[in-house]
Amino acid sequence: MFTNQLSLVIWAPIVAGLLVLATGGDQRATLARWVAVAGALIGFLLSLPLFTGFDNLNGGMQFEEVKPWIASFGIQYHLGVDGISMLFVILNSFTTLMVVLAGWEVIKKRQSQYMAAFLIMSGLINGAFAALDAILFYVFFEGMLIPMYLIIGVWGGPRRVYASFKFFLYTLLGSLLMLVALIYLYFQAGKTFDIQAFQAIAKIPLHVQILLFIAFFLSFAVKVPMWPVHTWLPDAHVEAPTGGSMVLAAITLKIGAYGFLRFALPILPDAARELSWIMVALSLVAVVYIGLVALVQTDMKKLVAYSSISHMGFVTLGMFMFTGSHLNQWAVEGALVQMVSHGFVSAGMFFCIGVMYDRVHSRNIADYGGVANKMPIFAAFMMLFAMANSGLPATSGFAGEFMVIMGAVQVNFWYAALAATTLIFGAAYTLWMYKRVIFGEVSNHHVEEMADVNKREFLVLVVLAIAVLGMGLYPQGFVEKMHLSVNDLIAHVAQTKL
Amino acid sequence: MNWADLNLMPALPELFMSGAILVILMLDAFISDAKRGMHYGLALLTLAVCAVLQVQTYPVVPVHTFSGMFVSDALSSLVKLAMYGSTAIVLVYSRQYIADRGLLRGEFFSLALFALLGMNFMVSASSFVSLYMGLELLSLSLYSLIALQRDSVKATESAMKYFVLGALASGLLLYGISMIYGATGTLDLALVAKAIKAHTANDMLLVFGLVFIVAGLCFKLGAVPFHMWVPDVYQGSATAVTLMVGGAPKLAAFVFVLRILVQGLEAMVADWQAMLALVAVLSMAIGNITAIAQTNIKRMLAYSTISHMGFLLLGLLAGTPDGYAAALFYALIYVLMSMVSFGILLGLSRAGFECETLDDLKGLNSRNSWYALLMLLTMFSMAGVPPLAGFYAKFAVIKAIADIHLYWLAVVSVMMSLIGAFYYLRVVKNIYFDEAQDTSAIVMRADMKLVLSLNAIALLVLGVVPERVIVLCMQAMKQSLAAI
Repeated sequence: MFTNQLSLVIWAPIVAGLLVLATGGDQRATLARWVAVAGALIGFLLSLPLFTGFDNLNGGMQFEEVKPWIASFGIQYHLGVDGISMLFVILNSFTTLMVVLAGWEVIKKRQSQYMAAFLIMSGLINGAFAALDAILFYVFFEGMLIPMYLIIGVWGGPRRVYASFKFFLYTLLGSLLMLVALIYLYFQAGKTFDIQAFQAIAKIPLHVQILLFIAFFLSFAVKVPMWPVHTWLPDAHVEAPTGGSMVLAAITLKIGAYGFLRFALPILPDAARELSWIMVALSLVAVVYIGLVALVQTDMKKLVAYSSISHMGFVTLGMFMFTGSHLNQWAVEGALVQMVSHGFVSAGMFFCIGVMYDRVHSRNIADYGGVANKMPIFAAFMMLFAMANSGLPATSGFAGEFMVIMGAVQVNFWYAALAATTLIFGAAYTLWMYKRVIFGEVSNHHVEEMADVNKREFLVLVVLAIAVLGMGLYPQGFVEKMHLSVNDLIAHVAQTKL
Repeated sequence: MNWADLNLMPALPELFMSGAILVILMLDAFISDAKRGMHYGLALLTLAVCAVLQVQTYPVVPVHTFSGMFVSDALSSLVKLAMYGSTAIVLVYSRQYIADRGLLRGEFFSLALFALLGMNFMVSASSFVSLYMGLELLSLSLYSLIALQRDSVKATESAMKYFVLGALASGLLLYGISMIYGATGTLDLALVAKAIKAHTANDMLLVFGLVFIVAGLCFKLGAVPFHMWVPDVYQGSATAVTLMVGGAPKLAAFVFVLRILVQGLEAMVADWQAMLALVAVLSMAIGNITAIAQTNIKRMLAYSTISHMGFLLLGLLAGTPDGYAAALFYALIYVLMSMVSFGILLGLSRAGFECETLDDLKGLNSRNSWYALLMLLTMFSMAGVPPLAGFYAKFAVIKAIADIHLYWLAVVSVMMSLIGAFYYLRVVKNIYFDEAQDTSAIVMRADMKLVLSLNAIALLVLGVVPERVIVLCMQAMKQSLAAI
């Protein structure tokens, strides 16, 4: 539609965020909300041509933009998306719209700052997915810590300060080491920070690759988060406001996994292959052990947070399914489908919990019971998301998990067997929670007073539900977009750099 | 000396400044207390004229004058412009603060300008003698500025401390210079460099001289283990004076170090590189870790300065033109950042109240969200989080040391900035997450409000488009160091 579509997708939300900030204090909150929703909507509409105008037969970068930026450091303003990153730009713009709606009248203090933080963060996240220059990526990647830190710290729950510091410092630790790795690659690639030039470096000795891989690993594994560096996530999720949890789960976790695909795998194929057993092991621990941890949670948000870690374990598992030097295509595509699907499902789950929290002000499972009697419409929607979370066929949750398991079987039966346990654990913890919260007799007077969803909440639920069902019934629509890009990636990873 | 050959043009801004200072001094004797505000205007005017003269005389190639004692090159001109700017900013931020504390006197402005004159000579010196003269003019002016608040026990104490330790450091420096003189037989930086390269000098004597010089320089920069004075002086001085000590002088000290180590003793790079590496690592570690324990924000910023100086030395010890340019860029950005952070403290202070503990910042967002945002930008910039200018400063330095394959140093430095991030985050936490304890209205003069806003926004703008300034730094280094 426009020649600089990606720039628009990045900067429109940021400009909208600044406008929202300019509306000032709480006395003009209504204005702030409407500006915010307009900004988020424009951002989403601007991202749609990326999907419709995407050429499925081109595995390379599309919508590319290159401008000089900091020439003295070899840094360019280089944007572009392939079939992998394009999906996340749209997912992010979509989620931002949902988040703005989710925070509508729920956020009572400093609405303009709240909305602005989300819009600015949305632009930064789009930038991270679209950046093809390593430092440009890094700037967006780190820049998004600032709004997230504020979102958790200002609007979060009782332990928000602890959670926000933990979130910030954990992620900073990883990314700073990655910065050193990027600078190393800059000199190897002939004084450029172009990611494609990094990928094209012909020779990197194995021991160096392994060191660099560790740097990337620390940065991205913390974001994913992989076991054992996952401990910031339950804290951050639980303390964050509903919108914060939705963005964290739906988007920021994906940036970690995306980082593996964009940096670690193609730039360091040999280290990735050598260390894939560690990645697989950590992923399986996440799937199985964290699944069990989720089972015993008494806090709904914490339960969904752990379930996110477990689901992301599936994603990283799918990305490191090597047979010889070849990645398994099913597994990689499954991982990507799972990433997008988890974006919708976790956003839906966190939103549902938020809806209940707004009414009862408790996240404890024990404080609920019999919600279905009072909120039948809500209960139906939550049923859908719960089913998707446990991987029921015909929901998006099934497609990704199935594909990853298919891929894993081809690589090693035991990987697949262990991974498949998630279908049991996932169903167990999600549906058990659902049963305790939604079904049964009305348990106390708080539940007695619950009113069913209002129009705004209904709108968010419907849109998310359509996304979950649509993706479950027709995953092909997404897979065909990413197919060639994934092929390219696999071909690239198969070439040794030793 | 042949008077007919004396070219005064390269030193025109300095000459004008000297004249203007004398005028301000004289005027002070004749005007009544009510009109003291006039000095403020005059001082700003002087700075503006100096800046114009500086731009007019911006040299294409280095020009020497005063028998080779004074050089005007792109490096000195760029840094001088930055120093005029930062001194002007300090004056604007201090105006209300010093008026509230009875410091709005002619001496304040003349001493500030004398200090600036000293800095100008430091950055333009091309001989050990003129370097030392500039340094002493700066130091003596700063000692007196701190002591100007004579009723304050703390200020007097810190002036005394600064003076005694400063004199000791100057002594070390002079001792080192005398050894270099003994070994090479000259005080001219270029000739010293030539003599060392020709291996006609006694190596033992040179290395001993170098050790003393590095110790003296580290003291002036406030790098570990010669940092003890920094927290006490920062905390004890009136905040306006702290800003004066912590702003432009850091730039001048950096160029001072550059002139001596790079222009004079470049052939000994292997010797001073190792010394500076140790000093840099210690500064980053002790500065950052100790800052965490501080509750007084001025003291915290003092330790943060120490760690920033460690970072700056990293660029210097890379020993490459890119490294020097990175360090210069770092110094410029650092000054810009410290201006805002102290500016906010000055703005939040009022008659009878000093904003100086972390608690005083609590709930700033609910009191005034604009100032809160400015401080937020500054803190994240200091922590080196993109897209703020502080990130590129750190990035440039790390890139420079990676270029000479000191990756271990790069990893150490990023780990130190991780530790540093904690206490900057804590400031943001106090501003945004906590409730205000002090809800009195914040009153700032309009000129201060404007300058403070521009100052902080510059950090964001330079974070989005840093290229111009980086190129300026690189060109300045290239031109000024072309001789060696």
